[in-house]
Amino acid sequence: MNEAVEAAPSADSGGKTKKLTEAVIRIAGNSQDGIQAIGGFLARLAGRSEQEVMTFMTIPSTISGGPSIFQVRIGTGEVLSAGDEADVLLAFYQHSYENHIASLKPGGIVLFDSDHVEPKPEFEKNYRHVGVPISSLTVEAIGGTARDKGKNIFTLGLVAKTFHLDVPKLTKLIGERFAGKQESILNNALTAFHAGYGYSLGDLLETFAFAESQKRDGTQVVMNGNEALAFGLITAGVRFGAGYPITPWSDVMEILRRELPKYGGMFIQCEDEIASVSMALGASYAGRVAVTGSSGPGISLKTEAIGWAVMGEIPLIICDIQRGGPSTGLPTNVEQSDLNIAVGGGHGDSPRVVVAASDVEDCFYTAIEAVNIARKYSVPVFILSDQAIATRIEAFAEPKLETLFQDISPDLSPVPTHKPYDLTVADGVTRHVAPGTRIESGKYPIVTGLEHDEMGHPTGSPKLHVQMVAKRRRKLQTLASTIEIPKVYGGDEGKVLLVGWGSTKGPIREAVDRARAAGDSVSSLHIRHINPLPNGLETIFKKFTHVLVVEMNDEGLYGSGQFATILRARYCDPKIRSITKTDGLTFKIREILERAAPYVQGEAANV
Amino acid sequence: MSATSMETPRQTTVAGAAPAAPFDRKPLTKKDLAADQPTWCPGCGDFSVLALYFKLIEKRKLWHERITTVAGIGCSSRFPYFVQGHGVHFIHGRALPFASGVSLARPDLHVFAFGGDGDAFSIGGNHFNHTARKNIKMTYVVMDNWVYGLTKKQTSPTSPIGFKSKTDQWGALDRPINPMKQAISAGATFVARTTHTNPSHVLQMMEAAMDHDGFSFIECLSECVEFYEGAFDASNPRKGGAFNLVPEDHDVTNEMAAYKLADVGFPGHFGVFYKSSQPTKNANEAKVSAKLREKVAGLKDWQILQKNFDLLK
Ligand SMILES: Cc1ncc(C[n+]2csc(CCOP(=O)(O)OP(=O)(O)O)c2C)c(N)n1
Ligand code: SF4
Ligand SMILES: [Mg+2]
Repeated sequence: MNEAVEAAPSADSGGKTKKLTEAVIRIAGNSQDGIQAIGGFLARLAGRSEQEVMTFMTIPSTISGGPSIFQVRIGTGEVLSAGDEADVLLAFYQHSYENHIASLKPGGIVLFDSDHVEPKPEFEKNYRHVGVPISSLTVEAIGGTARDKGKNIFTLGLVAKTFHLDVPKLTKLIGERFAGKQESILNNALTAFHAGYGYSLGDLLETFAFAESQKRDGTQVVMNGNEALAFGLITAGVRFGAGYPITPWSDVMEILRRELPKYGGMFIQCEDEIASVSMALGASYAGRVAVTGSSGPGISLKTEAIGWAVMGEIPLIICDIQRGGPSTGLPTNVEQSDLNIAVGGGHGDSPRVVVAASDVEDCFYTAIEAVNIARKYSVPVFILSDQAIATRIEAFAEPKLETLFQDISPDLSPVPTHKPYDLTVADGVTRHVAPGTRIESGKYPIVTGLEHDEMGHPTGSPKLHVQMVAKRRRKLQTLASTIEIPKVYGGDEGKVLLVGWGSTKGPIREAVDRARAAGDSVSSLHIRHINPLPNGLETIFKKFTHVLVVEMNDEGLYGSGQFATILRARYCDPKIRSITKTDGLTFKIREILERAAPYVQGEAANV
Repeated sequence: MSATSMETPRQTTVAGAAPAAPFDRKPLTKKDLAADQPTWCPGCGDFSVLALYFKLIEKRKLWHERITTVAGIGCSSRFPYFVQGHGVHFIHGRALPFASGVSLARPDLHVFAFGGDGDAFSIGGNHFNHTARKNIKMTYVVMDNWVYGLTKKQTSPTSPIGFKSKTDQWGALDRPINPMKQAISAGATFVARTTHTNPSHVLQMMEAAMDHDGFSFIECLSECVEFYEGAFDASNPRKGGAFNLVPEDHDVTNEMAAYKLADVGFPGHFGVFYKSSQPTKNANEAKVSAKLREKVAGLKDWQILQKNFDLLK
């Protein structure tokens, strides 16, 4: 906990109240305890209080439950990651207590359910222990067995008291959450909440209060990355999607299935991922960019059809919510190991666009950007997200929907002539004309996966293949020339430049902040456009002694992660090196700093 | 799409509205419709399917902007190149999901999909089942030649046991798929069988299929003169075979009767085996949408999402 203000007396608790700028709370229990709900309430409350918030959770990959955690970091300043260490651990069971106590900062507080947890002396030395009979008090408050239901809300009350959270806002959130359910359910929830809130911790614990937020004004919305992605696609004008369920992509398709019909659209659950990508391509061909997506093995299945989209020059959005691989891999863990398949997956030379979202808010805007690139360049576009962004909750400035909403209905008015693959266009960018369009010349286009002439008719001509391959490549080169170079975070020059892509943005920036606070010359560069890359990165790299690419994948046979390999190939610069990891967890700030240390300290050889 | 609905003003949902087309035009003729000279071997059965597709378009006044021709990969699947009209040559086995995307997004278009037996029942077998059961509105003509033509004589899923191919030099071992049974059991709502040697029957089946509101499937025997010459002689009266129509007393709405009909050994029967009226996927989805849209009536699109956002604050 970062304490901003000296301890101040507080009337209602009898104890002291400390002002905080931020806190990390880890809730550990079993997945059926509804701990995600506590985390969700806290995150939402933070959003409504104009605080920054970031969450992190693990869920067991088995359905029947099992150990699960939810970590929420709330701050009045900028919150960049879910936090390496927790200030408060809420432990429901002995296993939650024993497995997660090490995640606490030294001197941190463990608030445990004394009905289930037997504190251990070796831990009591290092951490402050506060036992509350959460289970029995919940039963006392609302009856029943409290095995599964209610104690999460009781605990929320307890947390609300400890952190001086805004009770009217919280009870309103509870009301919204249970809206439409039986009244008794809402009443039970509120009773449990007040029982938790009213429980007297006595002198066991001082209480805390968050300092006034210095955040930007304006309202915030609170959601996870999958929600942001789905809503971004809707905002961009996408009205058709097709997919097959797989974790962690399924949420996106579930949201679109539920929402798209409201806009006159639809999302179809197909028999497999091949059908999904094919159906989405059919809808895109029919005139309006459609979406498909998957995770892990489902992406592999789509590659043949994506190659067709490149060849046929049909726009398409492919969401890849990365998880650990290969094969079924680590279904509920994070990895950034699909960069290669996104950039180059498939046979033949098949240039496509890859954009990586770097946080929850960015999922929303990346979706819009991806749709517009796909339309403009008639090309498939991958949106790379990952399990970490997909499931974590963040608060961000509410997008101005009225101005952002796009109408991308196709123009089906007759055209005099049309060449789908016109070679006379210098930048290679040609437009797809949807079926239903009358072409007055009477010459209609064929959209095809065979190498073709300008009208789409098959050809074996070596010359045409050379020209068409170049056309498809040139489109992406044209796009590259329009991409802005990202800004360096930290100083514009120095010893170490940490390069990241995707969900590592937050931890990398926090690592930069910490390193610079300690006087070290560390900066970072976050790249959203993976393929094509923006032009001119070399001017940035030139100003640093070391360029370290931080990514969650393997260092490969030759010592570089997937993105590092691409950067090394493009810039032929041996000072580009890798910081990779494959434990299925997001980067901790400490991990990044430790791995960068030899370069920062100058022990690593300069090249 | 029924004959009458072809005349109604066009409307699209997912993809946006199309401008109304003039209706006083002359029907398209073969001259307007022929594109590339077909690359099929002289005598290939696929020629007659193409010729009858042109006839259908002419007879039923299907304008260029009302139809889309989709195919997978195979000799037969080269079909769209030979048709002057919006067309798609997709990937092997996946014509149906692609065609489904077009059909669902664009109710103003009638989608015709063409393909071979390998495309339909081997690599695309599962898509066939699911497109049929979902009853996605389109017409699918499988040009069944009992062999892989394009890749030059390998065993196909409809090759009869004993057929000597390059991949079964001693004769095919696996029991063939019966396309009629496959379609009926998958839940196809229109199932018909015809043969390229009887043009007027092909046209008749195509018309009936087009008029069916749902997934309409035609198996059209189409001889591969190059790799399976004479395969269908027993169904061709000119070759001493028998062309037997579906018996007049056959009840096309009776699934079991249709299945029995499909069980009759070669040359079997020709005509509509099965036809039932079920809601299409297209209609079902439109219904879901209409119902949900009642709740957001009067709202602009952005305001619909704003309601979600207001709950996420
Ligand atoms: C994924 C994939 N696998 C294999 C092929 C090669 N291939 C092309 S067509 C074909 C079989 C065609 O047989 P059929 O569908 O019966 O069509 P026909 O040529 O007989 O009309 C095969 C195996 C391919 N194009 N794509
Ligand atoms: S190989 Fe057979 S199917 Fe292919 S074009 Fe020749 S005759 Fe027709
Ligand atoms: Mg065949």
